Amino acid sequence: MTVPISWYLILSAVLFVMGVAGFLFKRNIITIFMSIELMLNAVNLSFVAFSYVLRQLSGQVFVFFVMVVAAAEAAVGLAIIIVVFRNRESLNVDDIELMKF
Amino acid sequence: MLDQFFFYIFASVILLGGLLTITRRSAVHSAIFLIATLLGIAGLFLHLQAEFLAGVQVILYVGGIMVLFLFVIMLVNLDQAARQRQFNRQWWLALLAAAAVCGEALYGLYRGRGAFTFPGAVPGNMPPNTQAVGNALYQNYMLPFEVASIMLLVAMVGAVVMAKKRL
Repeated sequence: MTVPISWYLILSAVLFVMGVAGFLFKRNIITIFMSIELMLNAVNLSFVAFSYVLRQLSGQVFVFFVMVVAAAEAAVGLAIIIVVFRNRESLNVDDIELMKF
Repeated sequence: MLDQFFFYIFASVILLGGLLTITRRSAVHSAIFLIATLLGIAGLFLHLQAEFLAGVQVILYVGGIMVLFLFVIMLVNLDQAARQRQFNRQWWLALLAAAAVCGEALYGLYRGRGAFTFPGAVPGNMPPNTQAVGNALYQNYMLPFEVASIMLLVAMVGAVVMAKKRL
């Protein structure tokens, strides 16, 4: 393996931080959702890198389950977004403040 | 040499796509750049000899989840949201927190850099990937697999129930 695993881990960390930043500072709820997908993919990348280095399949199976959960989460979350938009005519997270302290 | 070349190509696609995903004004543009990022990650999966996961990444993420995203963007009206301010008022606090997370992760990697060589790791190739993953899924991970299928069913029914106007 000519590409050391630390490169993959650094790439994964930077991608995860991009997801965190997007999650924290965007106002549009759909883009916030995309940031969550970015974070999930960053974690998947480091799982597969470790799986390759250790020559073990468990990491890849775990990534498979993460993808299943991401699919379920996206379906339910986007349904919630549609309902919120129908009731409030807005996708701005600053406007959705009913449960805010 | 070739390995590093492809790693750099895919890594730059991933990082550029991620950066544009979180900074573009229009949600459709964000989705397109997120698709570029996901394809780059699929390329790195291929590079790491995880062919099955690379296929699943393209089919499930790009072909499933991102199409769902684009459908929802089409269903809701984002024209006025695109004209407003994109970042919330505490963006500097958010950037500070993200920088803290980044520093933490990189510091952890730096401190643990000696642990990245695995003496137990055997050189050579992985077993034929799709067959091995299939065997693992249906033998060692039978119960989680079934639970995941139930969860997908529940999520599907839940999404339909929530998004429907009147049952």
